[in-house]
Amino acid sequence: MSKPLKQIHLAAHFPGVNNTTVWSDPRAGSHIEFSSFAHFAQTAERAKFDFLFLAEGLRLREQGGKIYDLDVVGRPDTFTILAALAAVTEHLGLTGTINSTFNEPYEVARQFASLDHLSGGRSAWNVVTSWDAFTGENFRRGGFLPQEERYSRAKEFLATANELFDSWHGDEILADQETGTFLRDAKAGSFVHTGQHFDIHGQFNVPRSPQGRPVVFQAGDSEEGREFAASEADAIFSRHATLEAGQAFYTDVKSRLAKYGRRPDQLLILPAATFTLADTDAEAEELAKVVRRQQVSGATAIKHLEFVWNRDLSSYDPDGPLPDIDPDVSDNHISKGRAQVRMYRDPLTTAREWRELAAANNWSIRDLVIETGNRQNFIGSAETIARTIDDLVQADASDGFILVPHITPTGLDEFADKVVPLLQERGVFRTEYEGPTLRHQLGLAHPDDLQGEQRAAS
Amino acid sequence: MSSTPSSSLHLAVALDGTGWHPASWREPVARPRHLFTARYWADLVAEAERGLLDFVTIEDGLGPQSSHWLDPDERTDQVRGRLDAVLIASRVAPLTRHIGLVPTVVSTHTEPFHISKAIATLDYVSTGRAGLRVQVTARPNEAAHFGRRTIPRIQAYDSPAAREVVTDLFDEAADHVEVVRRLWDSWEDDAEIRDAATGRFIDRDKLHYIGFEGRHFSVKGPSITPRPPQGQPIVSALAHDTVPYRLVARAADVGYVTPHDTGQARAIVAEIRAEQAAAGRVDEPLHLFGDLVVFLDDDPAEAAARRERLDTLAGQTYTSDAPIFTGTPSQLADQLQELQTAGLTGFRLRPAVAGHDLPAITRGLVPELQRRDAFRHTYEADTLRGLLGLARPANRHVAD
Repeated sequence: MSKPLKQIHLAAHFPGVNNTTVWSDPRAGSHIEFSSFAHFAQTAERAKFDFLFLAEGLRLREQGGKIYDLDVVGRPDTFTILAALAAVTEHLGLTGTINSTFNEPYEVARQFASLDHLSGGRSAWNVVTSWDAFTGENFRRGGFLPQEERYSRAKEFLATANELFDSWHGDEILADQETGTFLRDAKAGSFVHTGQHFDIHGQFNVPRSPQGRPVVFQAGDSEEGREFAASEADAIFSRHATLEAGQAFYTDVKSRLAKYGRRPDQLLILPAATFTLADTDAEAEELAKVVRRQQVSGATAIKHLEFVWNRDLSSYDPDGPLPDIDPDVSDNHISKGRAQVRMYRDPLTTAREWRELAAANNWSIRDLVIETGNRQNFIGSAETIARTIDDLVQADASDGFILVPHITPTGLDEFADKVVPLLQERGVFRTEYEGPTLRHQLGLAHPDDLQGEQRAAS
Repeated sequence: MSSTPSSSLHLAVALDGTGWHPASWREPVARPRHLFTARYWADLVAEAERGLLDFVTIEDGLGPQSSHWLDPDERTDQVRGRLDAVLIASRVAPLTRHIGLVPTVVSTHTEPFHISKAIATLDYVSTGRAGLRVQVTARPNEAAHFGRRTIPRIQAYDSPAAREVVTDLFDEAADHVEVVRRLWDSWEDDAEIRDAATGRFIDRDKLHYIGFEGRHFSVKGPSITPRPPQGQPIVSALAHDTVPYRLVARAADVGYVTPHDTGQARAIVAEIRAEQAAAGRVDEPLHLFGDLVVFLDDDPAEAAARRERLDTLAGQTYTSDAPIFTGTPSQLADQLQELQTAGLTGFRLRPAVAGHDLPAITRGLVPELQRRDAFRHTYEADTLRGLLGLARPANRHVAD
């Protein structure tokens, strides 16, 4: 007996503020005008995608003490753009990344509950944490949060927000014009939270929204992040889009669910994935190379090398050999405001390996950065990409993908027109939306039903 | 040049739930069960746009509504609960084309960095129709929702202690607005260069740290959001006394005031204009709008009877900080034009019942004012600044 076909979940990541996004392409449009967001969201909805995904960054990145100018810079406010997108779409989920360090639970809960009402139940929250004093310089709180406390704050933040969402049950508003009773219960929205990070009480002022709570995403990859996801999240925005890494991550995280009384289908694993689509596989391979060179200009290559070397390398020729000097391993990092640099935990070793690789292959700095950088996850014809995605999902490398196009705002168009119909033909992707809310598309229970289910089981 | 005659006045409507009368939700037109839907707000704003109004404001608050000025009241016979005003404005922005959208933002507990990019984004979404109305809160229960600080409890409006609290809250609001405005200017308009030759997306010399350091917050900048379409979206505030008058005079584009007669209006206008001169802003346009609650019917007796009926349902006589008008659109037009002679440039009307008095404004008052050549016949501009006759300001970082 073969197991039943899994249905694939697909989402669209608005092209980000990083070098994956190719702004120099003649087709590249505005990253800030609403028309770009509307086009992107409507394309995703036309293709019956589950949701749109927005990242967030609360301070412009810097390198060497200067604002980083080689990538797309500038983005809108997450909540505000999602609320507007609710007006130009009907079914598409609206997932926003919102930081738990530089916000307060009462406001964030109000904003998500409001977004959920205004979108008819399509809101989702990618809960991220940060601790850097660099970003903190834009906020009242500053950067006081020790790194080890970031998950504890995030967990308590989410728990507190959930208490606020749950402070209304959904049956309080009578609005009986005859008898004059608007509220059934004067205490609706009452809450008290006393904890390590938050000590708040009072009344939440947004009634229960269609989804009860926004769908919760988690994106961290650390041990703590995985545990947080297993206990709290509905979905993970992961970085493991290949077969082996994907399966390892999938098995690891899903196996953590049981201890929280949760089933494997209550947490979706959705890796980010880039793609290059062309008429044939060979053409796609060629195109993918061109795109990677567009993504890594000579100037970008030098800046990326600086992530590892942690020094000003502006005097080096990107078409020349790698620096002979070793990385600066002091704590103060040349790059501020990006998570990526923390991936190089042992810069001396990385530098040595890269020098060896470059020497063995006769690579310049730019060649090295291109070759060691991320290859597109899916490269090929529509048939190849559809089969690859389907195979990965059926092999439990993921439950679907969050696709990251490299062109704004049209980078999803071809995928929508060519790949999605093939997935539908294979019977693994919806042809109609399952229902009005994002929980319907993701196959997640409403929190009220879930609580009933858990009560019944205990 | 604006095509509107100089005698013409500006009109805004203040949206708050089902209307400003606490029993408004009980009127058959009120739709109280739809208050928390996008459709409800889209319909109201569409109606306002149909009447060619300059803008709508949307009330908000960081706690439950209350009939008590400082504490929750635990009443169940009035509308309680509301959606975030910025998000309502953004949700309706793509559905409208001309009308300005001015949500309330509370300066007391929010981050100016977040507010600045939210309103900038609203300006992008509406292609140049965004503003904000800044509000402070002295409510101890709302401070407890954030748990970051306690606000001394005001015992009486007129005590020196109360003045100190209020002054402090308005000082913070002034700092908040200052940061929000500096962040809007932290990108020059032509900062995005997309220079393929050098590989630079932006010219970072055209981005600016704001380096604000104040008593309640310090903000480094620049914004993560490029300068919005209007350059500086509209900043507005409601003011009843010298301290808030000063905020209006120093930092706002539009102030809402509540004179009960022409004499009071003259005095308030004089005080604010003097503050404006003292702040060195005498050459900058500053609109002063009179706020009025309105009960509008074609028959004045019907308006009075409706008000009485609502008061009976509410169990008390309705009072307001603003003057309450009861009568016909024509009588209201008379009153507005009379108040206008005192130096007010426009009015923000608070419909007692949104479902009744808003259409009465757009279909009764507006045609009446048009007949008198005192209101626009068509939208003459694409941006809110344009409707208010305000030029797009140069960036503070760019030399003239």
